[in-house]
Amino acid sequence: MILKRAFAPIRASLAAVAVMGGLTGTALAAGGGEAHIHRHHWSFGGITGQFDRNQLRRGFQVYQEVCAACHGLERVRFRNLVEPGGPEFDEEAVKALAAEWPNQIADGPNDEGEMFERPAKLSDIIKGPYKNDKEARAAQGGALPPDLSLTTRARGVHTDAPWYQHIPMMARDIFTGYQEGGADYLYALLTGYAEKPEGFHLAEGMNYNKYFPGQQIAMAQPLDDEGSVEYQENAGAKMSLKQNAEDVTAFLAWAADPSLNARKQLGWSVMIYLLITTLLLYFAKKSIWRNVKH
Amino acid sequence: MSHESTYEPKSAAAKWWDQRLPVPRMMHDQFVDFPTPRNLNYLWTFGGILTFCLVAQIVTGIVLAMHYQPSAAEAFDSVDRIRRDVNYGWLIQAMHASGASMFFIAVYIHIFRGLYYGSYRAPREILWILGVFILLAMMATAFMGYALPWGQMSFWGVTVITNLFSSLDQVIPGLGTAIVQWLWGGYSVSGTTLNRFFSLHYLLPFVIFGLVILHIWALHVAGQNNPTGIEIKTKSDSVPMFPYAVMKDAFALFVFVILFAWFVLFMPDYLGHADNFNVADPLVTPPHIVPEWYFLPFYAILRAIPDKLGGVIAMFASIAILAFIPWLDRSPVRSTKYRPIYKWFFWLFLISCLALGYLGAKPAEGVYVFWARIFTAYYFAHFLIVMPIVGSMETPSKMPGSITDAVLGKKGAAKSDSGGGGVPAGATASPEDR
Repeated sequence: MILKRAFAPIRASLAAVAVMGGLTGTALAAGGGEAHIHRHHWSFGGITGQFDRNQLRRGFQVYQEVCAACHGLERVRFRNLVEPGGPEFDEEAVKALAAEWPNQIADGPNDEGEMFERPAKLSDIIKGPYKNDKEARAAQGGALPPDLSLTTRARGVHTDAPWYQHIPMMARDIFTGYQEGGADYLYALLTGYAEKPEGFHLAEGMNYNKYFPGQQIAMAQPLDDEGSVEYQENAGAKMSLKQNAEDVTAFLAWAADPSLNARKQLGWSVMIYLLITTLLLYFAKKSIWRNVKH
Repeated sequence: MSHESTYEPKSAAAKWWDQRLPVPRMMHDQFVDFPTPRNLNYLWTFGGILTFCLVAQIVTGIVLAMHYQPSAAEAFDSVDRIRRDVNYGWLIQAMHASGASMFFIAVYIHIFRGLYYGSYRAPREILWILGVFILLAMMATAFMGYALPWGQMSFWGVTVITNLFSSLDQVIPGLGTAIVQWLWGGYSVSGTTLNRFFSLHYLLPFVIFGLVILHIWALHVAGQNNPTGIEIKTKSDSVPMFPYAVMKDAFALFVFVILFAWFVLFMPDYLGHADNFNVADPLVTPPHIVPEWYFLPFYAILRAIPDKLGGVIAMFASIAILAFIPWLDRSPVRSTKYRPIYKWFFWLFLISCLALGYLGAKPAEGVYVFWARIFTAYYFAHFLIVMPIVGSMETPSKMPGSITDAVLGKKGAAKSDSGGGGVPAGATASPEDR
């Protein structure tokens, strides 16, 4: 947090540069006929962003109460929920959570040669409700609810900008460290359910979503228009569709990239070291070459 | 560039060693005392930067191979576990993945520098051709490396590219199919394919390493080219490599590493494809199969040709043709700096390559195909038509008599051409004389 505050001016000036370039608000769309996906402000975005621990905790609550009914998080282990840079829940609480997790861990064979199921431990994965993809499809009318562990890194936004805008857009994205396309898409998807437009043919069992490629998605609207998950008093936010969607997106961004905080913190140490060394090398070079016209 | 050895072993041990295996003498003569043109600009620092890239890729790659599982069932999971559970695995994996892109950024700048200043011209033909082989080996290594995470883009990239060889069926029925099955180790892209790609991906960097040693050897025989394209004639034209060139290279390398670190630490996903975070699925074809950015110009050339076999031939020819340019360029001078007409064509060529890169990322339809054909046509025309014709017709602009003259701003002064002793006045600031 201290780091984040310290770099707030840098971020502000970067934003100013982007605005001066007349580039902000360049519309981005996910593929063909989908609606434009706007860039959301994320606490973990850009070169200085870090995860907001309270938001990750709220996001986990949304995952647990809503998403976990269909989706696994099987690359994440319960112990990760305790580790620094994540929701940082209390270890004892997570032990209890793991033990009570409804989807138990398949284990065995035991001494009698039988396979069995047992409650999860800290070192176990956050198991989804289905034993395998076939069972998931059977239960979901043929559609597969994907595991959410890497979702925010496995999605992105495509640009429809004309060719001459590509280089300035790339320069801006690289300069501001923008790689939150997956989170932007997921947030848009979760808040993008709507009544289907007049004349739009919706297949049976499908739902209309402005941002999903093809606008037809098998997943029914997971979060209500008024929000679905009520937070505790001290959680730092109130229930609403946008709040729930933003929190669970942030949580899934952490699940996909749990080393983000450490990575960006190390990033600034490395940058400061490199800048100082580069400067010293520059002056050394200048001094060595001072009498040689070149 | 051969020059008298100035190495003097000081200790008895050094003398003993020098009479048996004079490696320190070689290092001293080639990397300390080696005469370097004094007028090199920062484009000449990319050789050192590329050496760094190769070593960085090998070191991070060896560590990754300790944790990676080259099987269809485990590859994706093992890469994910490297990022999550191996100590600093997220850093090493990001360095290796972004490192490939950095390697190509550097190598493309290096190649365009060679093209602009005529570094391929005699007596550096072998040096240049070795470079073309290094580029080919790099491309093969990068392509096979991209298969290893076994995501959707890995799988489908391998499928599309290996399938290109099936176009040989047009030449001899059955030949292409046989080659493709031989590459795959089966009847489709599978874990067997992945396993052999891993083996070759580990092997090829050491082949590159060997080629790089030959490349540097050839460089040290001919000596470095320089922005004027005029050879070193007198002592005042050059400075010893250490500390002059070494210090400049070190500074440039650190600037490059800042860019490298920026991608690794702030945006490790930016240079890759989101779809490669989905596990390879032979039953689901991604809507757009796109190679990594550094292959896009060649991918555009492949798709610009309406015939499959023709496209494959054009794609390979676009690299192979580079090996022939020492003889295609008919200009009496090396450096484009003194070529008023060719200069424009050089920039047109650079724009064509960038445009092909953009078009390679776009779907092969409509106006994109039209422009891909135009720029592909120019890509080849540049080498086959522009280089020989403009080279033999154009009158070069007035050149300085030597590197020293160029540095000191003397145009057309040919005094120092007598070769040997005549150090022009004003060049006494050169380090040898101090």
